[in-house]
Amino acid sequence: MKAVDIIFYCIATFVLTTGILAVTTRKIFRSAIWLLFCLMGVAALYFWMNANFIAAIQIAVYVGGIVVLIIFSIFLTQQSGNQMPKPNSLRIIVASVASLIGFGLLLQLYNKQVFQTTNKNFDIDIATLGKQLLSTDANGYALPFEVISMLLLAAMVGCIVIAMKASPTPPKEGLKKEEIL
Amino acid sequence: MRELLFHIIAFKNLPLGVVGGAAIWIILLPLANFVLLGLGKKYLKNIARIFSTVLLFVATIIALNIAYHYFFIDGKVNGVYQTINVYQMHWLSFTETMHVEIGIQLDALSVMMLVVVTFISLMVHLFSLGYMKGEERYCNYFSYLGLFTFSMLGLVVATNLLQLYMCWELVGISSYLLIGFYFQKPSAVAAAKKAFIVTRFADLGLLIGILILSFNTNSFNFQTIIQTLTNTQSSSFISITASSFLGMSTLTWALVLIFIGGAGKSAMLPLHIWLPDAMEGPTPVSALIHAATMVVAGVFLVAKLFAVFAINVTALQLVAFVGIASALFAAIIACTQTDIKRVLAYSTMSQIGYMMFALGVSKYGGEEGLGYSAALFHLFTHAFFKSLLFLCAGAVIHLVHSNEMKDMGGLKKLMPITHIAFLIACLAIAGVPPFAGFFSKEEILSAAYQNNKTIYIIALITSAITAFYMFRLYFSIFWNKPHDSRLTAHHSEGTLTMKLPLIILMVCAATVGFIPFSEFLSSNNQPYHSAINIGFSILPVLLGLGGILLAGILYFKQNNKADKITNSFQVIYKAAYRKFYIDELYLFITKKIIFNCIGKPAAWFDRNIIDGCMNGIASVASFISTSIKNIQSGKVQHYTLYFFAGVAVLLMAVLYVWS
Amino acid sequence: MIELLFHITAFKSLPLGEVGGALTHIIILSTALFFIGMYGLFTRRNMITMLMSIELMLNSVNINFVAFNKYLYPDKMDGIFFSIFIIAIAAAEAAVAIAIIINLYRTHKSIDVDDVTDLKQ
Repeated sequence: MKAVDIIFYCIATFVLTTGILAVTTRKIFRSAIWLLFCLMGVAALYFWMNANFIAAIQIAVYVGGIVVLIIFSIFLTQQSGNQMPKPNSLRIIVASVASLIGFGLLLQLYNKQVFQTTNKNFDIDIATLGKQLLSTDANGYALPFEVISMLLLAAMVGCIVIAMKASPTPPKEGLKKEEIL
Repeated sequence: MRELLFHIIAFKNLPLGVVGGAAIWIILLPLANFVLLGLGKKYLKNIARIFSTVLLFVATIIALNIAYHYFFIDGKVNGVYQTINVYQMHWLSFTETMHVEIGIQLDALSVMMLVVVTFISLMVHLFSLGYMKGEERYCNYFSYLGLFTFSMLGLVVATNLLQLYMCWELVGISSYLLIGFYFQKPSAVAAAKKAFIVTRFADLGLLIGILILSFNTNSFNFQTIIQTLTNTQSSSFISITASSFLGMSTLTWALVLIFIGGAGKSAMLPLHIWLPDAMEGPTPVSALIHAATMVVAGVFLVAKLFAVFAINVTALQLVAFVGIASALFAAIIACTQTDIKRVLAYSTMSQIGYMMFALGVSKYGGEEGLGYSAALFHLFTHAFFKSLLFLCAGAVIHLVHSNEMKDMGGLKKLMPITHIAFLIACLAIAGVPPFAGFFSKEEILSAAYQNNKTIYIIALITSAITAFYMFRLYFSIFWNKPHDSRLTAHHSEGTLTMKLPLIILMVCAATVGFIPFSEFLSSNNQPYHSAINIGFSILPVLLGLGGILLAGILYFKQNNKADKITNSFQVIYKAAYRKFYIDELYLFITKKIIFNCIGKPAAWFDRNIIDGCMNGIASVASFISTSIKNIQSGKVQHYTLYFFAGVAVLLMAVLYVWS
Repeated sequence: MIELLFHITAFKSLPLGEVGGALTHIIILSTALFFIGMYGLFTRRNMITMLMSIELMLNSVNINFVAFNKYLYPDKMDGIFFSIFIIAIAAAEAAVAIAIIINLYRTHKSIDVDDVTDLKQ
């Protein structure tokens, strides 16, 4: 077993463990923290896959933005020290059975499919990535980029409108989003 | 402009020159009248009547011009009147040989009908100017008249059976609209429905007949059909005469069915029941539609296909016997009716019966085809004197405000012109020389004499009865008793526009008999000469005069002789008065037999089986929906779970079933 | 547990170093992460934690995109772009969702999904 393999298994174990903890722990603030670790683990996986740019975005947006946003909303709506009520056991059974069945089915699917992978190097030059993102060529992503920017604008306006209804002062989440961007 | 006109009227294939092509305008002008008045009645309200009368006047002028050119200048080639397709538009192609056209075909019959329809329609328009004055739905009335005139003209110039059928239905519709013109009256609505349903029923026969005929000859076109079926060597002829169904050949069936259509429209026994009720419409309408033009469409149809009818003895005999039976039957009923319009309606039926049996006894070609010319001659003269009778009746009703004979009497002083006109029309219909009806009736009788003595004798009797009931009507209206004192000279005969058509038609009714008709119209389009045989006509004329005399004795002065006679023939009188219970028979058949045996089970089936199925489906659906309503918990997680379950099922299907 | 699952589904695990082995391992990881997210989505009643579960699921999708890009089409970058767009959309979605949650908290004084069953009628 090579070092890379060991690193992969470590990352995988970390991600799955923190993920399971994030969805099972009954203290909501801890749950958010486990999510944070889980996302960082995914970022580590991206580093392992040599996709540095995505890993950076993962840390910047997810860890720095979304999780902070979630923690922020927890502060606004919950008493963070309190335990959440225990979900009923029937629901837990149903959910775990459903998840396991789905997982098993997908494993079956992967079992049938043999991927013809290549061993070529996968080095993303951030300069080419930026150029292609904004190019208008056949492979360019300028149009989706613009569409996404419109979507973000619409989401921002939507956030403000939704959260503003009750109070005339602009709610903080709307502002928060600019921070994300 | 002129170029455009030539273009519109498809000038190219016109042996008749511009004149024949103008035929399309005869048809389009009433259509324009209908469309414009129908759509723009808000704006045309004040000029509607002048507008439509002028349009029709132009159409009449064109029709007369065409008739002049056709009959006197260039319609005849080598002594035979030509059939000319003035205008032909391909419309629908069913197969390579079978297609529907819309077009104008001029032959002697069509041209004659064009003249009759436009002329009578013009007279009726003129009369309506005064008669319908102050009517609320004035515009509608004139636009319906336009629709009727259009469709009737389209019918008479049809190049093919399908065009004829379409126009046939259109005249049915306009007749329906006009009978039900006073739709506030329940009786008018009932009459309109009755007319529509009865003729519709008959039209089914016509349609089936048309389809059979066209299927076997591969064409709708009159000329093609006639050419195919008169050629006894052709394969179509052999196949259509050879195959038989219930003892009659296909051709016989087709012709009988077509005749049923014609009999429905022409109010022949036993499909006549709608005609007397149709008198609920305005009187000028009765003059136009239910006396002069539409009801003779059946005669026209048989005449148009006469070459085919002539090769089939069975169908022709049916025409003859139905015709003579209707003539006698209607004449007897007419003697007992008291509503003057109903008397006229039955007389119309009787006269159409004359035309039908004249066609029935005729043979094809030359002197043998005397019945054919006689029938159409009678159609022609009848159009004039019968519309005159109806218009006079209209004038009388306008004055008296009643249809009943007992409310009339002694009107001759009050309405001198109407009186003279009515007298002349009565003399014409009674067959007294030298008025129009005499000549046509003599021809019919001599045709019947040559062919079938039984029919001849019945026709003679009928003609005597005709004279009797017409003069019964005449004396009851204009003589009998002194007129109602409430009616004064102030209530005169109406406006000039009401008198003018009476005068014009009076002149026509007196003179059109002198037209040597067989030199224009004959079964094979070859003119021949037919002379009146003085010796032969003595008997019918004497019988007619006898009828008049009898009517005079009974009705000239107010007396109770008539009542005595009716009392002594109580049973027959009652039966005739109740129209021989034909209506009751129909009611019995429809109400008791059809409703009970077919309608009730159908209704039961509808209520219990069809509705039951629907209700069952509804209650099952409602049961299911209440039971699955709980799934709609409003909880997002449940929805997610269902969604996942669906995806999982699809995934399983992909994994285990499809691969 | 996973071994058992592998056994039941007769899963033949390729070693990481072989052709397709790494990719298979990664997508198994992402699938597991996805179903962890789904488990959370089903069991949690608090909306914020449900949102977290959704984030986990989105992450697993992102992992797939990047992995397929790396191992199947290393000379292209479309998977990377899709990941970028998904992250952007996830950010917008999270912002809108939190705005909704806060608004809901104002009106219902609760962010428990079972308390908010207005969809029912």
